[in-house]
Amino acid sequence: MFDRAMDLRGSKAHADTAFRWGTLVAACLVLLILGLIAVTMTNRSWPVLSRMGLDFFTTKRWAAPDGIFGALSFIWGTLYTALIAIALAVPVSLGVALFITQIAPPWLKKPLVYIIDLLAVVPSVVFGLWGVLVLSGKIQGLYAELHKGVAMLPGFLIPALVLALGVFILLGQRRSTAGWALAGLGLLLLLFGRTIPQEIFGPSPQGRSFATAGVILAVMIIPIVTSLSREVIETTPSNEKEAALALGATRWEMIKAAVFPHSKGGLVGAVMLGLGRAMGETIAAALVIGSATGQISMNVFAAGNSMPATIANEWGEADSPHKSALIALAVTLFVITIVVNLIASTIVRRSMARSAGKRA
Amino acid sequence: MKTAPATSEPAQARSKLSIKVDDPRPTPAAKAAPVVFDLEQLEIYYGSFRAVRDVTLKIRKNEITAFIGPSGCGKTTVLRSLNRMHDVTPGAHVRGKALFHGIDLYGPNVSATEVRRHIGMVFQKPNPFPKSIYDNVAFGPRVNGVKDRKQLDEIVEKSLRAAALWDEVKDRLQHSALGISGGQQQRLCIARTIAVEPEVVLMDEPCSALDPIATTRIEDLMRALTSRFTIVIVTHNMQQAARVSDRTAFFTVELDAKNDQRTGILVEYDLTSKMFANPSDERTENYLTGRFG
Amino acid sequence: MTSMEPTPTPALDLTAKLSWRVAKNAIMSGLMLTAFLVVAVPLIAILWSVVGKGAATAFAGFPDFFTAEIPVVSRRAGPGMGPAILGTLLVTGAATLIAVPLGILGAVYLHEYGGNRKFARLVRFMSMVMTGVPSIVMGLFVYIMWTLTFGYSAFGGSLALSCLMLPVVIGSTEEMLKLVPGHLREAAYALGTTKSRTILTVVLPAALPGIVSGALLAVARAAGETAPLLFTIGAATAYNPQLFDGANNALSAQIFTNATSSFVAAQNRAWGAALTLVLLTFLITLVARVFTARLALKR
Repeated sequence: MFDRAMDLRGSKAHADTAFRWGTLVAACLVLLILGLIAVTMTNRSWPVLSRMGLDFFTTKRWAAPDGIFGALSFIWGTLYTALIAIALAVPVSLGVALFITQIAPPWLKKPLVYIIDLLAVVPSVVFGLWGVLVLSGKIQGLYAELHKGVAMLPGFLIPALVLALGVFILLGQRRSTAGWALAGLGLLLLLFGRTIPQEIFGPSPQGRSFATAGVILAVMIIPIVTSLSREVIETTPSNEKEAALALGATRWEMIKAAVFPHSKGGLVGAVMLGLGRAMGETIAAALVIGSATGQISMNVFAAGNSMPATIANEWGEADSPHKSALIALAVTLFVITIVVNLIASTIVRRSMARSAGKRA
Repeated sequence: MKTAPATSEPAQARSKLSIKVDDPRPTPAAKAAPVVFDLEQLEIYYGSFRAVRDVTLKIRKNEITAFIGPSGCGKTTVLRSLNRMHDVTPGAHVRGKALFHGIDLYGPNVSATEVRRHIGMVFQKPNPFPKSIYDNVAFGPRVNGVKDRKQLDEIVEKSLRAAALWDEVKDRLQHSALGISGGQQQRLCIARTIAVEPEVVLMDEPCSALDPIATTRIEDLMRALTSRFTIVIVTHNMQQAARVSDRTAFFTVELDAKNDQRTGILVEYDLTSKMFANPSDERTENYLTGRFG
Repeated sequence: MTSMEPTPTPALDLTAKLSWRVAKNAIMSGLMLTAFLVVAVPLIAILWSVVGKGAATAFAGFPDFFTAEIPVVSRRAGPGMGPAILGTLLVTGAATLIAVPLGILGAVYLHEYGGNRKFARLVRFMSMVMTGVPSIVMGLFVYIMWTLTFGYSAFGGSLALSCLMLPVVIGSTEEMLKLVPGHLREAAYALGTTKSRTILTVVLPAALPGIVSGALLAVARAAGETAPLLFTIGAATAYNPQLFDGANNALSAQIFTNATSSFVAAQNRAWGAALTLVLLTFLITLVARVFTARLALKR
């Protein structure tokens, strides 16, 4: 029966190989697209970049009619609003993540997670719409109050408070990084930057400003930072949590002893991922940041601009060299966000692997 | 192994079973020690599921009490109820009486955190914190307000000595606790637990994740600790219970005909020497002779 | 042996003591609860505005808002957003048809053929990098590659959106493929099935609910994207069911344009469009969740 030589390869081999090549081509698309993006966009932005050289990144002035394109104020705007967003979003996200994982009873967990995820589904343009039509009007009053309040305080008060808080934490725990950071910051501010708090909460508050953009961005990145933090926190071995409780620790002490050591790295990574997201967010920021060109100010209440916002707002009426400059802005944004995302993912991955390894 | 059938003759002084025990505990003194835990008709529920019922026993000071029984019989459940560890499990609640020195552990004004200061626990899998050896042992005292460095040093040394670990780690106190062997980690967890000087130390199968040599060291340690502490240990190893404990409680699991639930019950509670020689209940005898479980 | 009565040890007090530790614990718990409320407030505020202001415009004279054309003169009050709705469906639908099959195939390569080899690791890494690319960059990229040559069209928008969706679909599909137990594949191989056939008839069907769920979530995100469309589809006010021919519109782009308008009429239409878009994305997400639930049930 088997005197003919067995052809083990079979006739289906061709279809099989074809399929395999098909999947390979699909996978290569990723590399192709990324490569094309890098090449074509750098190419298109070359006219402006070659003319302005490194000045592109260091000049404040952006005047399309004169052909002068300095991205500095937009880079500042992007970074500053992202910073504000992080400052607002991180404590809230961490608090919510801890609340959901450690405090909330089980019947409450699912609905809470649902609500947070709902925020993530809302399109960014709707956030922007609400921001520009509702929030920016109403929040201006709040900004004015904040400015008046901070302006009334003597210059040394806020730095002194920060310093005191840091020292207070250090008294409890000599090696606390938060304590040293706060104390150091407070000391620096006290010595060299007594006017800084007043500059930050500066005069003539605008509804559409860095602060409002920061608030909107914060609301948008809270869902992702929260859900990532939740994942990281839940890798804490419950064995150690029980050990802390069995030693008579309160819940907060148990969190400090068992949860934070394991989650620290992953939480940092989650924050950085949120940072990357905040920096790349175009539309919501574009609508509420105020579109004031050439502004580098620490005043959070001042109107400003960011890279994506400028691109979105000026594209419609830009001529060719102007468009080239806007594309150069996009390339800059691209590079910055890629770098931040890379660092973030590495940190998250390494921390979760370390946690899982310890558990095993 | 049985020398005579257990049917008609009442259990007498003559030993029915001949379970060999290498190094049995001396029988406790004639005058019984004061009662530490007084459990009466204790039932523990997870939601509507009754995990354990009919637990009535008294645990006495400076003795080692062992809970033994087949899996699912509720021995760990009862153990964890003694230091309010069920508080972390949603839906868990108890009925019946659970008194600690006359105070109801589940009374309205009783704080779980306070309870755990007096009743410590060592877990099945060694679970040191990802900190240094020193910081692990000092955790309890620090949390309870001891800040003075000299005082902490003393407490750490005393606890590590009592846990028979001092000589092995005294030069490595600042090293990570995760760098020592499993057996050493478990002794570290014991040191950590006794550093807050509780009255009672609960142990949930402390040796089941360890090799036989580490197990022996922990058993020796337990015996040395009874002068200062009351110990309650859950173990699935009968020999260990026979070697180490003064009194033993045997639990088993029964199918509740009414609602098809498997509920743990306390079958027999007696001096270890007596139970292993002449168990009163046939189920105990079956378990001890390996007939089931 | 008679048992002695339990002697209460003097000064054994198990009540909760008010101490700094307990207070700190309570404060921290309070802060965590506050954090949650802080999150809930903007969500409720936004939904309130969207539903409140949007419903007024969208359901006045139903179904005009959803069918009428966009007023060319934005100052004019009244509906509608019909072309934008069609545009969103057209652009997102075409993007889905491009990105989802390619994404699934790419994930199949990574998990079933590439494994841990260098090239596969590179692609996986680059795919992750690609998820972080700002949407505006994708929009400009497609502008350069397509719109400059072929002009505004819905297809340009689809290309941009599919570039955004591709790495997301690859990522979520690969996660689902990882969950398919190895013994299913081995059983098929043992029967003499080729690898490609195994993948198509055993592995993919097993992972299907999760794959569909992941894809739907990517679609929901894409439907809400604005920036990529601004540079590629133009701003038509009349219906344009052509995929390749002529400028088109989309809900997201229209919301963006109207948001900065000083005319209340245009702003109202923006709210109506926002409500429509939110309902659309919520619906897609809901369906995705149903599939996730089915996946959990199966296991």
